[in-house]
Amino acid sequence: MKETIDSLQFRITKRFGTKTVLRDFALEIRGKQFVTFLGPSGCGKSTALNIIAGLIPATDGEVSIDGERIDRVPPEKRGFGMVFQNYALFPHMTVFGNIAFGLQLQRRPAEEVRRRVQEMLELVQLPGFEDRYPGQLSGGQQQRIAIARALVLHPRLMLLDEPLSNLDAKLRIEMRAEIKRLHTSLGLTSIYVTHDQVEALSLSDWVVVMKDGVLIQAGPPQEIHDQPVNVFVADFMGFRNFFPARVTALGAERAVEAAANGMTLRGRTRHTFTPGASAVAAIRPDDVLIGGDAGSPNAVPGTVDIVEYLGREDEVIVRLESGDRLWVRTGARLTPGESVRVILPPDRVIFLPAEESGGTA
Amino acid sequence: MKRAGTGEPSELDLLAIACLLPSLLYVLVLFVYPFLYGIFLSVHPLKVDGFSLANYVAFFTDQYQYKTVGITFRLAVPNTIMVVAISLLFAYNMRRGIWLERTITTILVLPISLGVILLAQGILGFYGGKGWLNQLLIGLGILEDGLTLTHNFTGVMLSLFMQQFPFCFLMLLGYISGIDPSIENSARTLGANPWTVFRRVMLPLIAPGLAIAFALVFVMSFGTFASAIMLGQPSGSTRTIAIAAYAQAFEMFDMPYASAIAVIMGIFQLAGLLVIILLRKRMVTAATMGVGKR
Repeated sequence: MKETIDSLQFRITKRFGTKTVLRDFALEIRGKQFVTFLGPSGCGKSTALNIIAGLIPATDGEVSIDGERIDRVPPEKRGFGMVFQNYALFPHMTVFGNIAFGLQLQRRPAEEVRRRVQEMLELVQLPGFEDRYPGQLSGGQQQRIAIARALVLHPRLMLLDEPLSNLDAKLRIEMRAEIKRLHTSLGLTSIYVTHDQVEALSLSDWVVVMKDGVLIQAGPPQEIHDQPVNVFVADFMGFRNFFPARVTALGAERAVEAAANGMTLRGRTRHTFTPGASAVAAIRPDDVLIGGDAGSPNAVPGTVDIVEYLGREDEVIVRLESGDRLWVRTGARLTPGESVRVILPPDRVIFLPAEESGGTA
Repeated sequence: MKRAGTGEPSELDLLAIACLLPSLLYVLVLFVYPFLYGIFLSVHPLKVDGFSLANYVAFFTDQYQYKTVGITFRLAVPNTIMVVAISLLFAYNMRRGIWLERTITTILVLPISLGVILLAQGILGFYGGKGWLNQLLIGLGILEDGLTLTHNFTGVMLSLFMQQFPFCFLMLLGYISGIDPSIENSARTLGANPWTVFRRVMLPLIAPGLAIAFALVFVMSFGTFASAIMLGQPSGSTRTIAIAAYAQAFEMFDMPYASAIAVIMGIFQLAGLLVIILLRKRMVTAATMGVGKR
């Protein structure tokens, strides 16, 4: 049943008692896309995935595939594959038994089952592991088997619930590439849940940032990375430095000039500000430059406060004249107490709406 | 545990033995010695000098005595199956937690903490001939004569069930709710309906706990004494093997014969456990058969 889907559409609300876990969470996912639900724990991303899988019912709303509603279809009839954070292999079955489970429920001939399990084991690079039990495998191997177990049924949609969270850092990067490879080479449609923005950016065609059960921003990784819609997304995407500011002038091509605690900062925005509006200026530690001309825009003097050695670079906290602290990643070897001039390049400074609940994309 | 075969015990072993000594002594004095003495006693009947199996022969040739085995099995086996099956049904369906779980659990634990005597009194007061249940049924005109639910087989079954259900239920609930929910969720997404999930995935995982539950409930039921006396007919339909042993010991004052009956009871209990272990092995193999290459 090598089915593919053209589109998955849903609009779901989920309440547990009086607590609303998902509020009108709506999205359309197209075939062969790799979509990530990204958000901190408790934002409802896993709940959304479980509702799509049919494992928990939505309080309100609908899920449909290619225009056909599936929210009353039980999980075993949806034809989706799912991979769990803790692998969820059947401990009393061998690797062969685990991967063959779904095929045997479909009453496939033994010869076909054997062949397809064999193919899957080769695909996940674990041939010869048929007779092992899950308890005899490492975490990474177990997750490969869990992926093989889902893929062997040619699912029309792959659902991955933080599949790499239990693995160590090195293995995580390896498996990330593996998942991407399988997604591309098999032409899958995948939804991936994670709280790790690096995973989200590196894997996805489309990132959905969630908070408190609400969709905050959805778009291609570059857009989420470069143009976060508010402080929450910016914070999640690695903007460490935030300065409350008041807009003083607006220029062409979405340029903004603002006063922030005695500094005059220039940057850009995707928002519509009016002069005098309050805003938040944000920049990533990696984008801050050390040194440069006093006359260049966004040049600010300061004193080195703390230096943390990170290997190739140092993470430095600079105390600005205004009293604000600025996180900087730099290869320049600085020493605490040293006076420096930092430049916040205007094309790297973004202005966000002042209040948290700003806009949504 | 791997030590080179020098044969010399290390210091640690001596310490371990020293630490074990008190508990070992306790087990030896309070369990092993009386147990072995009981066996010794049972093969030295009162009227015979030296070794003799006369007590065993007497038990199995006297219908009044040997039919207690049948009676005990007739009580213990259905009770065990009922207790474990109903516990499994409840525990499995409550594995994801339920409303007011703590309150319900507390109510369930109460009968265990009250002891058999109080429970038996309660059953007599409620289910007895002039108990509340009968008065209610007669008062409402549903029945003309009351139901006879005590001082017979039913009474003992009621009592055994009430004593053992909470205990068995809580044990299975703990066991089942400890199984990672994502295991059954993954089975669902792989195409298994709830029944298949139970049969192919959950049951084999529950099997060890189920076997322990069967074993414990069976052994407790087989040894039933107080319930059989207070709620049954201790001289007739519910004269269990424990009552037979008690009668020999404290009514006939024939300790050796009583010991022989106790040993026979122990042998049947062990046989019951053996059957449970064999069934468990079969069950697990059957449930996983055809799933893995074995």
